[in-house]
Amino acid sequence: MRVVSNVTCPVCGSLCDDIELIVENNHVTKVRNACAVGEAKFLAFADPKHRRVKPLIRKNGELVEASLDEAIRRTAKILAEASYPLLYGWSCTSTEAIRVGLELAEEVGGVADNTSTVCHGPSILSIQNVGFSSCTLGQIRHRADLVIYWGCNPWSAHPRHLERYTTFTEGRFQKSIWIRYLTKLRALIGKKKAQRAAELASPRKEVISKPERTFSLPPTLTAKQRKMIVVDVRKTRSAEIADYFLQVKPNMDYELLQALRMLVFDRELDLDEVAGIPIELLEEVTDVMVGCRFGILFFGLGLTMSSAKVRNIDAGISLVRDLNKKTKFTIMPMRGHFNVTGANVAFTWQTGYPYAVDFSQGFPQYNPGETSAVDILARGDSDAALIVASDPVAHFPKRAVKNLVENPLIVIDPQVTPTSLMADIVIPSAFVGIEAEGTAYRMDRVPLPLKKVVEPPATCLPDEVILQRILKEVRKLKGGKAA
Amino acid sequence: MTSLLIKNGFVFDPLNGVKGEKMDIAIENGKIVEKINEREAKIIDASGMIVMPGGVDIHSHIAGAKVNSGRLLRPEDHFKDVEPKTPITRSGVGYSIPSTFTTGYRYARMGYTTVMDPAMPPLKARHTHEEFNDTPIIDKAAYPLLGDCWFVLEYLKKNRIEECAAYVAWMLKATKGYAIKIVNPGGLEAWGFGRNVRNIDDPVPNFGITPREIIRGLCKVNKLLNLPHTIHVHTNNLGKPGNYINTLETMRCVEDLVENGKPAIHITHCQFSAFAGDDWRTFDSGAEAIAKYVNAHSHVTLDMGQIIFTETTTMTADGPFQFILYELSGNKWVNSDVETETSAGIVPFQYKRKSFVHAMQWSIAMELALLIQDPWKIFLTTDHPNAGPFTHYPRVISWLISRKAREKILERINRKAQRKSLVPTIDREYSLYEIAVITRAGQSKALGLKNKGHLGVGADADIAIYNLNPETLDLAQKPKTVRKAFERAAYTIKDGNITVKNGEVVSTPSGRTFWVNVEAPQAEIEISKKLQQKFGEYYTVKYENYPVPEHYLAIPASINVKAEVQ
Ligand code: SF4
Ligand SMILES: [Zn+2]
Repeated sequence: MRVVSNVTCPVCGSLCDDIELIVENNHVTKVRNACAVGEAKFLAFADPKHRRVKPLIRKNGELVEASLDEAIRRTAKILAEASYPLLYGWSCTSTEAIRVGLELAEEVGGVADNTSTVCHGPSILSIQNVGFSSCTLGQIRHRADLVIYWGCNPWSAHPRHLERYTTFTEGRFQKSIWIRYLTKLRALIGKKKAQRAAELASPRKEVISKPERTFSLPPTLTAKQRKMIVVDVRKTRSAEIADYFLQVKPNMDYELLQALRMLVFDRELDLDEVAGIPIELLEEVTDVMVGCRFGILFFGLGLTMSSAKVRNIDAGISLVRDLNKKTKFTIMPMRGHFNVTGANVAFTWQTGYPYAVDFSQGFPQYNPGETSAVDILARGDSDAALIVASDPVAHFPKRAVKNLVENPLIVIDPQVTPTSLMADIVIPSAFVGIEAEGTAYRMDRVPLPLKKVVEPPATCLPDEVILQRILKEVRKLKGGKAA
Repeated sequence: MTSLLIKNGFVFDPLNGVKGEKMDIAIENGKIVEKINEREAKIIDASGMIVMPGGVDIHSHIAGAKVNSGRLLRPEDHFKDVEPKTPITRSGVGYSIPSTFTTGYRYARMGYTTVMDPAMPPLKARHTHEEFNDTPIIDKAAYPLLGDCWFVLEYLKKNRIEECAAYVAWMLKATKGYAIKIVNPGGLEAWGFGRNVRNIDDPVPNFGITPREIIRGLCKVNKLLNLPHTIHVHTNNLGKPGNYINTLETMRCVEDLVENGKPAIHITHCQFSAFAGDDWRTFDSGAEAIAKYVNAHSHVTLDMGQIIFTETTTMTADGPFQFILYELSGNKWVNSDVETETSAGIVPFQYKRKSFVHAMQWSIAMELALLIQDPWKIFLTTDHPNAGPFTHYPRVISWLISRKAREKILERINRKAQRKSLVPTIDREYSLYEIAVITRAGQSKALGLKNKGHLGVGADADIAIYNLNPETLDLAQKPKTVRKAFERAAYTIKDGNITVKNGEVVSTPSGRTFWVNVEAPQAEIEISKKLQQKFGEYYTVKYENYPVPEHYLAIPASINVKAEVQ
């Protein structure tokens, strides 16, 4: 038995790096500190139901097992011969692998795109329009007395975000009585567990009285502690613990943001309500925003994907920028996949652009809407695709998927996905962050090491190595310089 | 190929006192040697050309979190300036914030072989090193931002210099950093709540320490640790009219810490800190006063931060300064604060000839370079990309070499600035020897890079050959020829490899990453115990995940120094 501590969780953009794993016989048998999602990943990643360990090649319509060498040779041939291949995915692998992927995309004159194209693409376009005022998550822990979650539900999507970085944390300048509350809650849960264990262990199944205590917040909490505002179309778990919940009418985020901007500048709004929210409440919320010492606005896909998209984020960023004339205010997108941020970061340092990079002219070109994966597929322009650690078949529009599967499709992924089932070549890889090391970037662009805690199956190499071998093979075929 | 012989060039090697003599340079296994077997060596005929050590840049923002946010922010900066892939080179983009590969190639094309990134947020050190690994040809290093770290502020507040030194040693190791960088000391911590400090004696909110105490404390630490470079300081109040007084005060505040007249402080991109006047209308140059001080003191080195009239991207760790710049320009603005350590800001910016202030800024940097007598005290930089992209260095060289070139600029700048500028009154024209000092020898000396910036036996064979003939050409009369020659090196040799020929990249070896490894074992063990206790309180990452391991660097090159703390 081996204890591995300070492991970074390769699941969501919170990238918690305090996970402790118990490893027995090359298996993770126990997980400490992770949330349920993270725990499930560490315990079940190797489940053969979702994993194949041998490369597959489609022959006569059937996926049949093949050697790694053959899979790599065929992949290289497809990519080298394609005139406009698409290399897509990248948000669930290491930046080390992404670097090689970009080199490969450049070598074959294809397009490299990552999953932000279908999630926070609008946020990025908006940053390119207006900039943004941001910070690392620790700044929030130490300083923020106002936390806003807009169009996101950290409670379920980034379960430890609240306890590690925001509302439930305590920092140098921001004490929290949530901490005490949480400690109490944990103690209670612990007691319950112990009770249950005792029940199970005791031979006579006595009914031990279990007082059903629901915890209401101490009244002082809402007085001068860190405040939390949630803006969403429905009342989520996160909304339940907020000091203010603004239930915005669907697709009216833009109007709401603009109204807040007006109010920040002390303009009168001659309306009773905006986006379904009474103006008095908005005025009060504005006062809280202007009056805070340090505010943060986290936003999620609820904002980026509602109807106005880029305009929404423009308005959000502008609101935050305006607030900086009165106090300190920051904004941050809640990034989903654990290294989608790293994909943007690595794309940018190598090519100048964060996603949708087209190398077909021999240099990086960027025009989202034209050089982005969905658009290329929808137009039917690409003639082959390499998908790395991503599942576009499940997430792309039908027309795009049709084109994707009609052309040669190669998948490098540690797990079986709808995309890998449709592929012509499948190269199973090691799980980065569990079976392979590397680097990932947290949603606030703090880079963290990913650990290798168990050995991968002998046939599963890390993405980085697979890509290097493909690149080498491609260069051999093209007769250019050897890698 | 392992040996090379560069024949008949006019050699400028200031650190060895060579001032343009015709001589041969022999190279074997990446080093400069006394002699080689001529028949086995590849011969480069440098007759009619000048030969210098490879260029060294003491301050250029080329990699890391802030630079990359700049790239992200500005697709419009890249569209007009692309580098296509070749069989040898990777593709990329410019202009003011080039992608990593392009950065390496463009420096090499100008004959530069060593570049220092001066602003690494420690928490994001991995990012800087990842980019370094993708920046070919040149050797690199980064300065961690330490002037606003809570640990530093707390140790210095309690006057625990030795503990602070042990901490800094640990930080250099953890971040694989090279020198102590101080940016607007105290101001960045204050910016955490949207505030700033006003001058060197204005206490930092919540910490009860002044910028003066931070600068002095870290200067002492620097000495205790025997670091190769001095403290590298971006002053308080940067970019504000009247700030030259604070700059003088900053240089003065370490006078009593000077030993044997050795340099104790580097004031970076001094142009931005040499403003006189009460406001933008009465804006004026403070260069003369600063030059006077520097001429009379031996403990200061500066770099220029020369303005280029172009569109660029400003980016510093000075969050409050960038906010002011955003308010002044109305351009898009990025802010990025880093917990427990530092901040950063980015604003695109255009320097215009016809703007009074910008034209004055051009003049201020020129005045500094021309009025400071000793070239070993001032270095050529544009604080890339803040005052202009590094690709404009050859232009700056031509201005320094040629009065005529300066006059041509002066003719076209803002009238009021024309009248105020001291530049027309200065006759000085730099010699090629002096150019070699301010672009390589002086910088490498200030950095304590023993094997760089000179062509003596044992030095790294980093060499630039430019197609300029000082015998047949009156350089001061031919500034354009000078500029062109420095823009495209005839040869750039890196560790004995020819990497550039006639301005084109012909090979792309990886460069080293230097970092300073301070040997102070006991102090370090003690400090790391203390750090570990506080770390969880201060940071949202684990202590164990914070340090960048050495294997993370493509080609690590540690510089080992012995500290005076035990
Ligand atoms: S919050 Fe995200 S990163 Fe943290 S343990 Fe849960 S899934 Fe993993
Ligand atoms: Zn700088």
